[in-house]
Formats: sequence, C-alpha cells, structure tokens
Amino acid sequence: MYKKFEKADYENILKFISKDRVYYGEEITEDYCHDELGGAYGKPDIIIFVKSTEEVSAIMKYAYANNIPVVVRGSGTGLVGAAVALYNGIMICTTMMNNILELDEKNLTLTVEPGVLLLEINKYLEDKNLLYPPDPGEKSATIAGNISTNAGGMRAVKYGVTRDYVRELTLVLPNGEITKVGGKTVKDCSGYDLKNLICGSEGTLAIVTEAVLKLVPKPMHSISLLVPFDTLEGAIESVPSIIASRAIPTAIEFMERETILFAEEYNGKKFPDTSYPAYILMTFDGSTKAGVLADYEYVADLVLKELGAKDVFIVDTDERNEMVWTARGVFLEAIKGSTTEMDECDVVVPRDKVAAFIKYTYEVSEKYGVRMPSFGHAGDGNLHIYICKDELTDQAFKKVLEDVFNDLYNKAEEFGGKVSGEHGIGYAKREYLVRTLGVKHEIMKGIKKVFDEKNILNPDKVI
Amino acid sequence: MNIVVCVKQVPMSGDAKVDPVTGVMIRSSADTKLNPFDLYAIETALRLKKEGDKVVALTMGPPSAAAALEECIAMGIDDGILVTDRAFAGADVLATSYTLSQAIRRVNPDIIICGKQTTDGDTAQVGAEISEFLGIPCVSNVDDVAGVKDGYITMTSNLGDVEETVKVKLPCLISVEKEIYTPRLPSYKRKKDLGKIELKTLTLQDFIDKDPNNYGLKGSPTQVERIFPPEVKVEKLALDKADAAGGIYKILKDKKFI
Repeated sequence: MYKKFEKADYENILKFISKDRVYYGEEITEDYCHDELGGAYGKPDIIIFVKSTEEVSAIMKYAYANNIPVVVRGSGTGLVGAAVALYNGIMICTTMMNNILELDEKNLTLTVEPGVLLLEINKYLEDKNLLYPPDPGEKSATIAGNISTNAGGMRAVKYGVTRDYVRELTLVLPNGEITKVGGKTVKDCSGYDLKNLICGSEGTLAIVTEAVLKLVPKPMHSISLLVPFDTLEGAIESVPSIIASRAIPTAIEFMERETILFAEEYNGKKFPDTSYPAYILMTFDGSTKAGVLADYEYVADLVLKELGAKDVFIVDTDERNEMVWTARGVFLEAIKGSTTEMDECDVVVPRDKVAAFIKYTYEVSEKYGVRMPSFGHAGDGNLHIYICKDELTDQAFKKVLEDVFNDLYNKAEEFGGKVSGEHGIGYAKREYLVRTLGVKHEIMKGIKKVFDEKNILNPDKVI
Repeated sequence: MNIVVCVKQVPMSGDAKVDPVTGVMIRSSADTKLNPFDLYAIETALRLKKEGDKVVALTMGPPSAAAALEECIAMGIDDGILVTDRAFAGADVLATSYTLSQAIRRVNPDIIICGKQTTDGDTAQVGAEISEFLGIPCVSNVDDVAGVKDGYITMTSNLGDVEETVKVKLPCLISVEKEIYTPRLPSYKRKKDLGKIELKTLTLQDFIDKDPNNYGLKGSPTQVERIFPPEVKVEKLALDKADAAGGIYKILKDKKFI
C-alpha cells in the first residue's frame, strides 16, 4: 500500500521547506486529527504550512515519487471528515497562503490564495461596492475549503453557489505538475469543464493554490423579513408560493424556536422575538430602495393574507440585521452546545418537498427516540438536520445514527434529492453517496484515476 | 400611566462624514433611521406598559422626522408627537432639551424614557437636561427595571464600577443602556392594520414659553468651533510566539479586563 512516512522523509522535506513551518511527530496536536464533527479520525505524520504553489508542487512531487498519502486542510471547519488524514502521511495546511493578490475591477474578479478566509474576502470588498455572493454560515472557513465542497450558503436562492463564482483555479496535480483551469473569461466552451469538476471534488483530484473569483456589483439596498408561523410545516410550506411569486429573495431560511433559544444561550444575547414556534427569515436586495420595497411588500402581503403568517417583522438596519443574523450564524455551534455529541444530515431536496421532508424527520425522531433539531435553507431545499446523542451510550448512538441516516437518505432519494447540499461527502457520507450512484460510480472512479493514478491525494474520500 | 419615549432620526450610516472645509457634519436626509439607542428606550416603555397605559413617542425635527415616529408605532408605540418649527432649527444640547421639556409639559407623563445617547450627536446629555428643566428626578445608565408600584419605579443603574438599585418617585426620567432588553422589530402587519397614522404636531405656538429667543440657534449658547468624528484608535502589536499567551495576559490585566 502506501510507504510509511519516516524520519528520513521528514529530513528530506526540510531540505525544501523551512523548519518553522513544519510539525512532525509529537509536535502534532489533536486539533489536526479531526474536523468539526466526530466520526473521522487520523493523525498525519507531518503537517506542512505551505507558502507557495511551488512548495505545494515540490511536496507533491516528493509524495508522488515515494507513494505517500497527502491530505490538504484549510481552517478545518469541515463536517464530513474530508480533511482528515485517514492514512496518516502528509498534511498540507493552506492557512498561511492567505493573501488577496489582485482586485481586477475591469473584469470584476478577485484573485486570492487558498487560505484566505471567507470573512476576509467580505471585509476586503466592503467599501468597494463589490460583492462575492456565496455566503456559507462558517465565515472562518478558507476559500479553497469552500471551493472544494462547492459551498452554498444563504444567498444561493438568488445568486447560486461557490462554483458559480469561480473563474479560474491554479492547481497542483498529484504528480506535482502545476496547471490552470478556467480563466478570467466570462464564456468558455473550450473542452471539458475541468474547473467545475474541481469545485466540489473535496481535495481528491488536485490541490487549489490560487483562485480567481467572480464578483458582482454590491446591491445597495437590502432588507430582511422575519416571519413567524404557528407551525414549522406552515413556515416551510409557504416557501414554494414565495418562490412562485417571482419576487426572488436572496435567502429564505427556516428556524424553530428551540434552535433560536439555543442560539440565545450560546451568544448570551436575546433574539428580538421568540413568541412563535417557527419562523422564516428572508432577505431581499437590489440596486434601488424602491425596488426592494416593492418586492418585500408584495411578499409580506402574500404571506400574511394567503400563507398563514402570524406577522411580518422588518429587519432594516445594521443593528437589527446583527441581532437576527448573528443568531442565525451560530445555529450549528449552538445545537452542538446543547448536546454531548451530534452528527448531521445535509440533504438537499426539491424545494416543494422541504415541508414533507421535515415532517418525515419528526417521524424518524419519534421512531428512534432521538432528538433531531433542524434548520436550513428553505429557499434552496438544503436542510441541516442534527442527530443529537444526548444521554445515549456510544454504542446506542452509533446504531441510531445508522438507522436514522438510512431512513433519511432513502427518503431524500425518493423525493429526488441528494445526499449533500453543501457540506460534502468526505469520509462520513461516502457510503450513502456510493449506493445512490449506480453507473456514475464507475465514471467517478475513472475520473479520480486519471487525476491521481497512485491514489495518494485524499484517499478514500467522496467515492 | 403615561409614558413618553424621546427619539431622534439619525443618519443611516454610523460613520459620520465631516465636510473638511466647513467642519459641518454631512447628513443625507434621504438615508435615515431611528437612533439605535432609542430602540432600547422603546422596548423598555413597551414592557412597562400595562393595560390602560399609553406610550407616546416624541421627536424634534423637520417634518420628514415623522418617519421615525411611524417606525415607533410599527414597533408598538400608541402615538407619535412631532415637535417641529423653524424656530427650533440649529439647537444645541441646551436648546434641544429645553424644547423637548416644553413639549413634554403638554403631555404630562409619569415616566419619560430616553436612550443613552444618539449616534450622530453622541453627547448623552439631553435626557438629564430635560429632567432639570422639568424639575423631576433623573436616573441614567439604567440596565434593569424591576417595576412600577405605588407611584414609584425601581431599577438598577449601572455606573461601571458600581451598580445602584434606585427607587424613584414618579414622575421621573430614565435613560437606559443597551443591555436592558433586546428591542423588538417593527411589525409590517401592525403598520398595515393601522393604515394612515395621524401624528400630533407641536409648534412654538403650542408651548407655554413662546419666546423664540429660548429656542433654536438663538437659544443655543454653545459655540461650535469644529466638529469632527471621534478618533478611532487601533493599536497593533506583535507578540513573540514563545510568550504570546503571557503577553496577551499582561495586556488584558493592564487594561483591567481580567
């Protein structure tokens, strides 16, 4: 199988990487052995904080020549074990490659190194009237991490996902060769679309060492509405009608009171309203105030008159946005804090099936006697359902997870859904993906082989 | 019980821009909002309100400031009073407070609630000065209200290094901190249900003191030499990796965070 990483390899690597950016053996802490959800564990033999494409290339050449497995890691905020070194070996950490290289205002692109954090991109663009639209909840994730999972986030309803905003990628292939895919061009029909293949490949095909991102003019006006309902089903059932109204919000999120209460506790701050069992939170944006007003008033009237909303609260200033969206931003961490351990299901289903799917999670929760809080992107059909361990034993929890995941993924498939909407497959969801693939599994394995014939780059992930 | 909440319409952006030549703050009247600190005063009033009580929002400003009052009403306030007159223009803190006190005399409230300060003026003095003009007690830095009973209000005033529990006879004025409650959001439904709102307007002619010399620019003893936004001080320092934890500990201790 793979060559075991030895002291001699460490010394060889020190010949081309500065020692102060290399951690070996005992120096490696637990933090680098897992990501943010349990399930996958593996200790790398060496961690290298790279500074350039050339360094990544040199490492890959060495790994390729010596048959050593390599895993790339950004901030480690993944949820499916994609950046865990299952076979030990080399871990390449991109967080020190965190420079914003170029803002090209004529082509509306931003060129960044892979370790730039999502929050840094937003901060950099803040006063330039430009926007990088993808908006995943985890703002301390790196951009390359986002690219590798094709992260979606909250604005997907109107703006799409990470893949839609990647123009060009600089790649280091598993044999160390450097190449670029995509380009600054708006159109491209020149051969197979490798750039889009890399987006969402979870570090199994190549290593992203530079990315050119597409920007859009920043919408000058934005307003959010927090809409309470008597039931979660009522809240979610309103969404297809909102979408059908053609007044496209940038985001439609659903949330239950219980989750909001967890967030209040986690943040130490009260949410502006918790008197109803369920809410949807929508944002409208646009270039003129009047346009945004017309859109939101239309939807506000629609939900009040026809869709059973109990009220419509207006979130129209920085302060109000902060009160509401800060809570939304910590839901994952807040639920995590409410239990001993948890795992998640990140399914995506067609939007008109969201309510039925959520209803089904209640059945599953009752069937196995396990708590399953959820929140998610009602507007794009991507749900985040958390299975909480609470007082269960390790063994009982393992069994429950297996049963629950089986039921949920089967139901998702029945509804025409997919295993993962935005968190990826990694290690944790591989089994569930593979069984839905059929003939596509062979095609995917073939693609992997073309890129990585020795199977040294992030082995045993995704497929 | 009658409660008055004093509010102000302020520029939408928190970064006040100053004309470098004239030194006058540039305000774009098109982009305004309710002073964020006032939201806490409104919430406090709405929580104190019991059946039969009336909560009124009061603001001084140009006719366009009516929008701020409409927002108060969308949040749950019963009525709005717009204090507006050309004679009030150019008022400093003293003249503003005097004008508001004259308007408040017309309402005769049991409790007046103010936010801590505004985001454009930043003086945090108007509340206290109103109470002086009205000759009623003032409690500032209120971060908790226990309740109103037998003509007294009991609350906690946070003075930084000490917390006081204060019991004050009504009528009185209190100014509240951001920590007091999370303010509720304005309700689109309430706005729709109420339809067109008739706001009450008060001008100089409605006041007991009708002498124009006590209002606006004429009634303002403050001479403004220069207006500038507060200096933002950001300190950056690099700590030696070996003693980063110790270094951070020392800074936190020196700054008395721990």
